[in-house]
Order: sequence, then C-alpha cells, then structure tokens
Amino acid sequence: MAHGPAKGLSRWLFATNHKDIGSMYLWFSFAMFILGGAFAMVIRAELFKPGLQLVQPEFFNQMTTMHGLVMVFGAIMPSFVGLANWMIPLMIGAPDMALPRMNNFSFWLLPFAFCILASTLFMPGGAPNFGWTFYAPLSTTYAPPSVTFFIFAVHVMGASSIMGSINIIATVLNLRAPGMTLMKMPLFVWTWLITAFLLIAVMPVLAGAVTMMLMDIHFGTSFFSAAGGGDPVLFQHVFWFFGHPEVYIIILPAFGVVSEIIPTFSRKPLFGYSSMVYATASIAFLSFIVWAHHMYVVGMPVAGEMYFMIATMLIAVPTGVKVFNWVTTMFRGSITFETPMLFCIAFIVLFTTGGFSGLMLSLAPSDFQYHDSYFVVAHFHYVMVAGAVFSMSAAVYYWLPKWTGRMYSEAMGKTHFWISFIGFNLTFFPQHFVGLAGMPRRIPDYNLIFADWNMVSSIGAFIYGSSQILFLFNVIRTIVAGKPNAAAKTWDGATGLEWTVPSPAPFHTFSVPPQVK
Amino acid sequence: MASEHGESTYYVPEQSKYPVLASMGVGLMLVGVATWLNDLHAHREGSPALLMLGFAVLATVLFNWFGTAIGENIKGMNSPQLKRSYRIGMQWFIFSEVMFFFTFFGGLFYVRELVGPWLSGEGVGHFTNEMLWKGFHFSWPMMETPQQAHGGVAAQLIANNGTFIGPKENMSWPGVAEAAHWLPLWNTIFLVTSSVTCEFAHHALKANNRGAFKLWLAITLALGFAFVFFQAKEYHEAYTVLGLTLKSGIYGTTFFMLTGFHGFHVCLGAFMLTVMFLRALKGHFNKDDHFGFEAASWYWHFVDVVWLFLVAVVYVF
Amino acid sequence: MHSKAKRLLSLLLGPVLLLTAHASAWADLADRSTVNMSPGVTLLGKDIYDLHMLVIWISVGIGIVVFALMFYSLIAHRKSLGHQAEHWHEHLGAELAWTIIPFFILAFMAWPAIKTLLKVYDTDEPEMNVVVTGYQWKWKYEYLGQTPADSVSFFSNLATPRAEIEGKQPKSEFYLLEVDEPIHIPVHTKVRFLITGNDVIHSWWVPELAVKKDAIPGIVNEAWTKAEKVGIYRGQCAELCGKDHGFMPIVVVVEEKADYDKWLSGKKAEARKLRELMAQSFSKEEMIAKGEKVYTNTCMACHGAKGEGGVGKPIAGSKVATGAIEEHLNVVVNGRPGTAMQAFGGILNELDIAAVVTYQRNAFGNNMGDSLQAVDVAKFKSKK
Ligand code: HEA
Ligand code: HEA
Ligand code: CUA
Ligand SMILES: [Cu+2]
Repeated sequence: MAHGPAKGLSRWLFATNHKDIGSMYLWFSFAMFILGGAFAMVIRAELFKPGLQLVQPEFFNQMTTMHGLVMVFGAIMPSFVGLANWMIPLMIGAPDMALPRMNNFSFWLLPFAFCILASTLFMPGGAPNFGWTFYAPLSTTYAPPSVTFFIFAVHVMGASSIMGSINIIATVLNLRAPGMTLMKMPLFVWTWLITAFLLIAVMPVLAGAVTMMLMDIHFGTSFFSAAGGGDPVLFQHVFWFFGHPEVYIIILPAFGVVSEIIPTFSRKPLFGYSSMVYATASIAFLSFIVWAHHMYVVGMPVAGEMYFMIATMLIAVPTGVKVFNWVTTMFRGSITFETPMLFCIAFIVLFTTGGFSGLMLSLAPSDFQYHDSYFVVAHFHYVMVAGAVFSMSAAVYYWLPKWTGRMYSEAMGKTHFWISFIGFNLTFFPQHFVGLAGMPRRIPDYNLIFADWNMVSSIGAFIYGSSQILFLFNVIRTIVAGKPNAAAKTWDGATGLEWTVPSPAPFHTFSVPPQVK
Repeated sequence: MASEHGESTYYVPEQSKYPVLASMGVGLMLVGVATWLNDLHAHREGSPALLMLGFAVLATVLFNWFGTAIGENIKGMNSPQLKRSYRIGMQWFIFSEVMFFFTFFGGLFYVRELVGPWLSGEGVGHFTNEMLWKGFHFSWPMMETPQQAHGGVAAQLIANNGTFIGPKENMSWPGVAEAAHWLPLWNTIFLVTSSVTCEFAHHALKANNRGAFKLWLAITLALGFAFVFFQAKEYHEAYTVLGLTLKSGIYGTTFFMLTGFHGFHVCLGAFMLTVMFLRALKGHFNKDDHFGFEAASWYWHFVDVVWLFLVAVVYVF
Repeated sequence: MHSKAKRLLSLLLGPVLLLTAHASAWADLADRSTVNMSPGVTLLGKDIYDLHMLVIWISVGIGIVVFALMFYSLIAHRKSLGHQAEHWHEHLGAELAWTIIPFFILAFMAWPAIKTLLKVYDTDEPEMNVVVTGYQWKWKYEYLGQTPADSVSFFSNLATPRAEIEGKQPKSEFYLLEVDEPIHIPVHTKVRFLITGNDVIHSWWVPELAVKKDAIPGIVNEAWTKAEKVGIYRGQCAELCGKDHGFMPIVVVVEEKADYDKWLSGKKAEARKLRELMAQSFSKEEMIAKGEKVYTNTCMACHGAKGEGGVGKPIAGSKVATGAIEEHLNVVVNGRPGTAMQAFGGILNELDIAAVVTYQRNAFGNNMGDSLQAVDVAKFKSKK
C-alpha cells in the first residue's frame, strides 16, 4: 500500500485509486462540457438572427438533441461523480472507494458509451434528432437508424451510473472513520448518498424506457402504438419517472457543494445542518411522485393534473428551507469573496430564480401557455447551468489547491466569474421573454418579433462560452505553474477531514482511519 | 464501521486490467448488436460476429475478474469490512433490478387500467374511441387489438406503424379443471420449491454439512432448469399454436416482455448457481465464508418473488 | 409607433415592461408583447394571465426578502469590515417558520390555479367542433357536418416562401406564421377542438386563444376556446415532430358569425366542385402538371426536389416508380408500414394521388408513359 502511482498510461487505464479515477471523471466531463457547449454554440449561432443561415433543420434537431444528452449524461453527471470519487473518501476518512475495480469499470464504460453516441453524427440518417426526451413515436418508427446505437449507449451510461452509485453507497455506509456518525457527515456526502439512491432507483427505469423503444423498433411490439393497444404517452410516463428524479440527481450534489463552501467563507458553521439533511431527503422523496408535471398538455384526466400540480408545488418547501439556511449561514458571519464563494452567491440568486420559474411551470393552467416554449428552456438553464455548472466551477476552485497543492490565480478566477455571470444572464434571461411571447423550443428559425432577444441571447452565449476558455486556462496554469501552496488547510474557515491531509493530497490517504470526535 | 475490526489498513487492490478490458468488451458487443439489428431492419445481410467477439471478450474478462476476486478471498486478503462492501453492493444491485421490473409492471398497469378503457371510450377516451377506434371493446387479455376492431391496417385512420393482430388464445388461468395442464402452475411450484431448497442448501452449508449442501444445491438447479425448459415449451406453444407473439398487440407485448425478462433473469440466476455448484465441488465455501453462494441465493429469491408477482398480474388476474 | 423603434424600446425597457405590461388584445403581431405572456382574447386566457402575474409578483416579493437579507449580510458582515463570525447554527423557531409559512403561500397560489384548471378542462357543451390533425408537417382541419357530403376538410401548410427563409428575399411581418389556408371560427362561440396526430406527436398551440394540446397519434384530445374579439391569431406546433417542426404554423381567423357562415358555405361549395372534378378525366399532361404541385408540397421534403431521395427512398429510377402501376399506387395509398413512408390514402384526395403517381412515373428520368385518373384510385381503394 505504500507504493505510489504507476508510470505512464497504465496508471490511468488500470487505475484503482479513487483520486486518479476522480481526476479522469473530471477531465472526461470537462471534455464533454466542451463538446456539448460546441453543439450549443451551433444552436445559438443559427438562432442569432431569423432565417436559416448555418445549418439545415434536420441537423439543428440533432444539435439540440446531442447538446441535451451530452450535457446531462456526459458533462454534469460524471463531473459530480468525479467530485464524489475525489472527495467522499477524504471527507469521511476512508482509504479509498469501497469497490475500487468496479469504480474504474464505471468510469471506463463512459468513454465507450460517448464514442458510440458521438459516432452517430457520422452515420447515414444522422444522429438522434428527437430531443433529449426522445418521445415516441418520433424516436421509434420515425427515428433515424442511429437510434439503435443511441439506445445501447444509454444502456451503458445507465450501467455506469448504477455501478458508480452502488460504490458510493457502499463507501458511505461502510467506510466511515470511527466516530463519523451519519449525522456528522459533511453535507456533500449526505447529498451524494441520497443522489446515489435516486440513481439506482431511476436509471433502471430509463433502461426500461429505451428497451421498450428497442422492442417497438425491431421486434414489432406495441408499447407506444395505440393501434396495438399501447399508448405513445406511456413512453412519457416512463421517461419522466426517470427524468424528474434525474434533475434532482443533477442538483442535489450541487446543493452539497454549496453547503460546504458557504460556511467556509462565512467562517460560521452551516445553519440548520439536520434540517438540510431532512430537506434533501424530502426533495428526493417528492421527486418520485411528481413526474407528470412535464406532461400537463398530453390530455391527462383533470384529477391527475391536479394531483401532479399540488405535489410539484410542495417541492418548493424543502428547497426553500435550503435557500433560507444558506442565507442564514451568511448572516452574522465574517464573509470574504474568493472565487468559490462568488460562484456560490450567484448560485443562490440564480438557482432561486430558476426555482421560481419552476414554480410557475408547476401551475398546470399556466403551463398550458409555457409548455414547450423558451420559457422552459430558460427555467432549466437557470437551475442546471447557474445551478449545477456554477456549483461545479465553485467546487473546482475550492478544492483545486487540495488536489494540486497549488493556488489558482484569484484574479483570473474572479474574471471568469464575472464574465460567466454576465454572459449567463444575457443568454438565458431573455429566453423567458421570447418564451412568454410565444416562441416554441426546438425550432431553427423564428418570426421577427423574437429576433432582438434571440440576438442578445446568442451574444450572451458566446460570452459565457468564451469565459470557459479562461477557466480551462486557469486550471491548467495552476497545475503546471501555480504558486505552491502546501498548507493542509487552504482556507482559514474550512472544516472537515479533507483539510487535515497535506496538499496535494498524497496518493493514499487515511490508510489508518482517523478518529472523529 | 472501521472501529469494529482492529486493522489499520484497508485492502486497496493493485492496478487491474479487467475494468478497461471489460468496458472494451461491452463496447464491442453493443456496437455489434446495434449494427446487426440495423442490418436486419434494413433487410441487409447482417452478421452477429462482432457481437460474439465482444461477448467473448467480456466473458473472458469477467471470468478472470471473478477468479481473481475469489482468489483474493481464499488467500484471506478480504477484511470483514470489504466483505461487507461486497454484500452492500449485491443488495443494491438487486434493488436496481427490482426497479427495472417495476418499470415493466408499471407499464402493464398503465395500459391495463387506463389506456385500455380509454381506447374503448371510457373517461377521457370518448372521442378517441368514437373517431379512431370505433368497434373496439377493451378486455384483458386483449384478444382483439384496436386496429383489428377498426377493420385492420388498411382501414386504420392514423399512419400505420405496424400490424398488430391479437392472439387466438391467451395464457390466462384456465380454471381449476384444467389446472394440471397449465404450465405456469408447474413453473410456480418449481420456482417456489427451488427457493426453499436453496435455503436448505444454505442451512446445510452453515451447519457445515457439505454433502447436503451440494445435494440441495443440485436439486435447486434441477428445478431451475425445469422452469426454463417449461418456459421455453410455453413460448414454443405460444408461437406455433396460440398465435401469441410479440406482435399480438399490447397483450403479447407485455406478456413476452415480462415473462421474457424474468426468464432471462432465471437463466442468469441459474448460471450463478451453477457456478456456485462447481465451486462447491472444487471445495470452495465454508460455514462462515460463502458470500458468492449467498449472493447467488439472494438473486434466486429475487427472481422467485418477481415470478409470484408475474403469475398474479400476467397470468391470473 | 415605428415598429423598429418600438422593438428597440421594448428591448431597453424589457424588464420594466415585463412587470408593467398592460393587458390588451393583440390581433397584430407588432402589438404583441415581446416580453410577456399574452392575456389573449379569451376569458380563460385572461385567468391564466392573471395567475401568471400573481405568481410572478409573489416570487418577486419572496426574492426581495431573501436576497435583501443575503446582500445585507454580504455587505454588513464582511471580514474586511472586521466583522467577527458568530457561532450559532440552529434556531428551531426560524426553521419551523420557514417550513410552514411557504405552505400558506403555496395554498394561496394553488387556489386560483385549481379554479382555472377546472375551466381549462371544461370542454362540455360546445357550440361547434373542429377536428385538428397534426401531420408531418402540416395541419388538417375538419368541420364535421351532418353527412360526409356536408363536411369540410382541408390542409393548412406553411405559406412563407423558401426564398425568405434562405434570406434571398426580405422577411415579411408574418414570416413563418402564415399559412395557405387558415382555420376560421366564429367569435363569441365556444369551439371545441378534437385534436389528434397522424404520425408523431405534435402540439396545437395558439397563445392568444389560450389553447395548447398535444396531437397524439391514436389518441383524441379535447380543448376549447371562446374568442371574444375578431382578429387573426397565430401560433405554432409546440412539440418536436421532426425536421420541419419549426415550419408548421397555425393561423386562426376569428370572425363574425355571418362572415364565418359565408366562409363555411364557400368551402362546402368548393368541396362539391372538387368532387365533380374527381369524376372527370384529364389528359396525361394535365395530370403531370397537377402532380408536380402535389409532389412539391407533399413528397419533396423526403424524396428530394429531383426525386433523388433523402429521408425517403429515391423516386428517380426506383423499382416502384418504374414497376407495376398497381404496386406504385399501393405504396402511395397504404404507405410502407414501419417506415416514414405514410399511407397517403387518407391525406391526399384521389385526384391528387392519381396526379402525383402519374407525375412520378413520368419525371426525374422515369419515362413510363402511363397515367392514372381519380376514378382509378377510388376503385383501387374500394377494392380492399
Ligand atoms: C437541476 C435541474 C432542475 C431543478 C432543480 C428543477 C426544479 C424545479 N422544476 Fe424543473 N425542469 C428541469 C430541470 C430542473 N428543474 C428541466 C431539465 C426541465 C425540462 C425538461 C425538458 O422538457 O427538456 C424542467 C421542466 C420543468 C417543468 C415542465 C415544464 C414544461 O415542460 O412545461 C416543470 C413543471 O412543473 C418544472 C418544475 C420545477 C419545480 C417546481 C422545481 C422546484 O424544485 C424548484 C424549487 C425552488 C424554489 C421554488 C426556489 C427556492 C424556494 C424558496 C426561496 C422558498 C419560498 C418559495 C415559495 C414558497 C414560492 N420543471
Ligand atoms: C446541464 C445541462 C446543460 C448545460 C450546461 C447547457 C448549457 C448551455 N445550453 Fe443547453 N440544454 C440542455 C442542457 C444544458 N445546456 C438541455 C437538457 C436542453 C434541451 C434539449 C432538448 O430540447 O432536447 C438544452 C437546450 C438548449 C437550447 C434550446 C435548443 C432548442 O430548443 O432548440 C439552447 C438555446 O439557446 C441551449 C443553449 C445553451 C448554452 C448557450 C449553454 C452554455 O452554457 C454552454 C457553454 C459552454 C461552452 C460554450 C463550451 C465550453 C467553451 C469552449 C469550448 C470555448 C469555445 C467557446 C466559444 C467559441 C464561444 N440549450
Ligand atoms: Cu408538428 Cu412540431
Ligand atoms: Cu420535473
């Protein structure tokens, strides 16, 4: 055990070390973020002004679909798994993840899955073009042949997520240092424990959904065909039974990150730790029983509509508890504004804004006007970009000194933050307006009344996208030339076991479990 | 928790080639199967060669991987804590399988309880029936699809995406008089008994009675294979005699998907138990340390429980 | 006001306008708000709009309270001011308060929401019905009469010329929101829409009529509207339905009852004329000319402008188009099950089918020389 990392490529290919695997996850997800971002840039460039300029409608639909899929399954989810790999063992005083070889299996499935997915772009008939929600029968009878590859890619991603989650659950339940009771665990660990549970519960449902598609396409079954006694809407129920918990899978680890960072830079313990835990659990529970709020216009009976509306609205309560707790943590603290803190403050403001638009969407009668318009696009980018991506940026800045033993450039970090903040809002706030004014989503061209705001949105997107170059540069510069910062505790307000090991964290940590009081 | 055992170190395995090779196997296999299916779909000549190759890679890797893990345990490298991790892993894996079946049961519930009645004009389906599927009456098992009731593919008022013809006969409970000829009843008996014999095997092992352990395990296996045999016979009959196929509308769809995935899991479970049997013959397992067998037996109980639900909602009610 | 200047103004004042937008009816796109939901021209739309504004204001209110507290802390409790952190981290009362109070706020919103929702679903006792069917990528409207002969049905296609889309020609005001044949409904009349889809899921959305409902193949959904103001209202397909999802607009003409009746009887007369036309026979050249139009509107998207194929198989030199005419007709009428080739028997009338088959067999280098008449198609259809 005393040995260090292996040399060369085999260190990564055959890894069993949680830090190495975590790093691979993080780099992989960033690569996917760039790929998904490139697709988004195509979308925004085409929508820069009315008329078809760059791409044909067929290709535009492929871009929208691939953008959504790559961002959700390739960028955001793996990035948080990477973070979990790096941080959970450090935070609970464990020597590694519980099942290290399976850990590497979870990771290496992903490059294969995404190679398959990306290769569909070059297949006859093109890549999947039916939206990341792939509603049948557009995704079955009317799909391009590449849908078969898409289906299997989703199966592999699902297997990867399930194994990753099993690993996290086993680690958290079994490898905590003596004295680290559940209610002493850092909140990031808690949110991941619950997220892992959600993943194991819903990834098989997604696998079921794509399996039904496969059967309908290739074996003549009639799941989604009323002529045979099935129903296209069945697909949507199955998809959203996965899909709604999925969005909380995306945001819960982000909540965890924010709950770590805000106390550090407020120099004050997290307010309401236990209510945070209960709120997270409540959100997870509620996420299973609200799925049809994505389907208000499919013609459900009114009783169903009403039930799903009320259940959905309830999610505002535990989420509100979290927001209030964060704000109260800052209240009467001793606050400084390093880059991670800036991203977290922006997270609170912008995520809450996205939450409010979510609440508006949850009201069924209004959703008859909002549904499938850009208002929805605005909503989910507020919660996913300003929520998940911002918190991920915060996390990288926050723990980078621990990972590398070097300090990033604060000036560059702050510049990245401000450009991101401005670019993000320019991109997505106007989408509320065009959505309300009647612009449907997933269209490559639009009427002139939507032109001005779309141009603003595209400009904002280019600004936000460029700021990511700065981010990448800052991270690489830190790794190769950052100011060495060997202090175990980078931030004076930080607490937690990860700050008790040296920086950079040695290859093996906590081979002897620490005693937690 | 770590304090329960006195060790100061946790065994982190050496670097391993298996995961990345297994991923490669999975990748090859899935590209192979997708290409093959697409070729068949487009009426091109396809070949499952790549699928087979990928499968061979995966199987070889897994064989060695499990071999290594077993070897480590035999060498005594596994701490009690690690053993607990394996148990937790298996338990949550089974939970994920439960959710997979839940999806198909949920789908069955939805089409039976809601879609069927709507298509035949109840509730919100009034105009659906009146305008598109006039003549369709819903009952379960659905012997006549909406398409047939409305006069067949040609008369159907929406774009045609398949021909769905209801079965001539279904698989439902035939009544007490016919019960003895009803395969699912026998299969239920086999599977439930095998779950019990599997427990007997476990008890025998814990009592360190290896002879009885092997015997009960062999009986469990025999019952499992009997189940698979009769299931295959039932499918054969469905296709050749009853006109019940995957294409027989939603009844055939749900029937084959649920029983098919279940059957597949029985095969998987039987395979696991076979491996355990072979390991038992090789002298593996002792009365306190037999996680491999235990995991396989959990899996076996799981497929048994799924079967009970299945008999209830697919065959009987 | 000049529309450019107005757009600029709304751009600058957008956020302010959003909050102060005044409810009025927009019959004209230039008057339509570019920042907020339209209350539209129905009472239901007004209710939805009010609910929407209510929730916005509540959200703004909560936002102000929460963010004010946060920014106060950020400013007053900075370390650079020398503020020392306190160490408390729990307060049962506060935590209970902000768990319980939101329930009441939510209930306050849920109440009008439920009331409005029940109205949305109140499709009973309409004064008339229109059947709306979504096709890739056009809408079909049917006014059911007492007898088939009394019914009216037509397709509504995008009318914007390609040249505008490709930027070869300036874009007009109703760019992408104009159709060849709009749907007409009378004002002050409760109209029920019976909405379904032919191939994939579409969604029929007209913001100012406060209607959005999915058009699902094999399922008929109901929606209703009662427009209180004469005018032309525009919407779009809202559910991703493939390539030209962005190019299947909806135009609804709401007119006085008398005008509507006149329009409807005009349509009925047209339908009668068409039926007479179908009984006639045409020369091969006439059929080819007619068929070319049908091809451009219906087949070209998949089979290409030169019959070279695309999503669909090539027509030029194809086995079907140069084989037995019976089989060619069969493919067009019944489609190819399980592929994107639909059964056009229910989409095109007999005359159009005869024309397009004739055209395909005598164009793109196909040179079969044979032709069909509407009666042949009718005979073929009735044979099965
Ligand atoms: C990270 C992902 C994420 C998160 C966290 C959320 C959070 C929420 N979402 Fe969102 N949503 C998506 C991702 C997410 N969503 C995506 C991707 C889609 C589109 C999918 C697609 O179609 O492609 C979508 C679509 C979507 C719809 C469907 C819209 C449509 O298609 O018509 C609805 C409808 O109800 C909805 C509702 C909500 C609600 C109520 C919340 C709530 O959780 C929000 C709760 C938060 C707050 C309310 C703010 C903080 C609270 C307070 C300060 C307390 C006090 C407040 C009150 C009492 C009001 N979302
Ligand atoms: C977490 C997930 C996530 C993330 C991070 C993003 C990020 C972004 N999204 Fe995302 N988006 C989705 C999830 C996400 N999206 C989903 C699920 C959909 C729905 C899909 C569907 O309808 O099916 C969607 C749909 C969607 C649409 C609607 C498309 C349509 O309806 O047709 C648009 C349009 O503006 C858009 C824009 C953007 C932009 C500009 C970003 C930016 O934040 C991206 C910024 C990142 C980069 C740009 C890459 C990194 C930078 C570089 C490589 C440097 C080079 C940069 C330049 C040259 C400028 N997205
Ligand atoms: Cu039709 Cu979108
Ligand atoms: Cu949701």
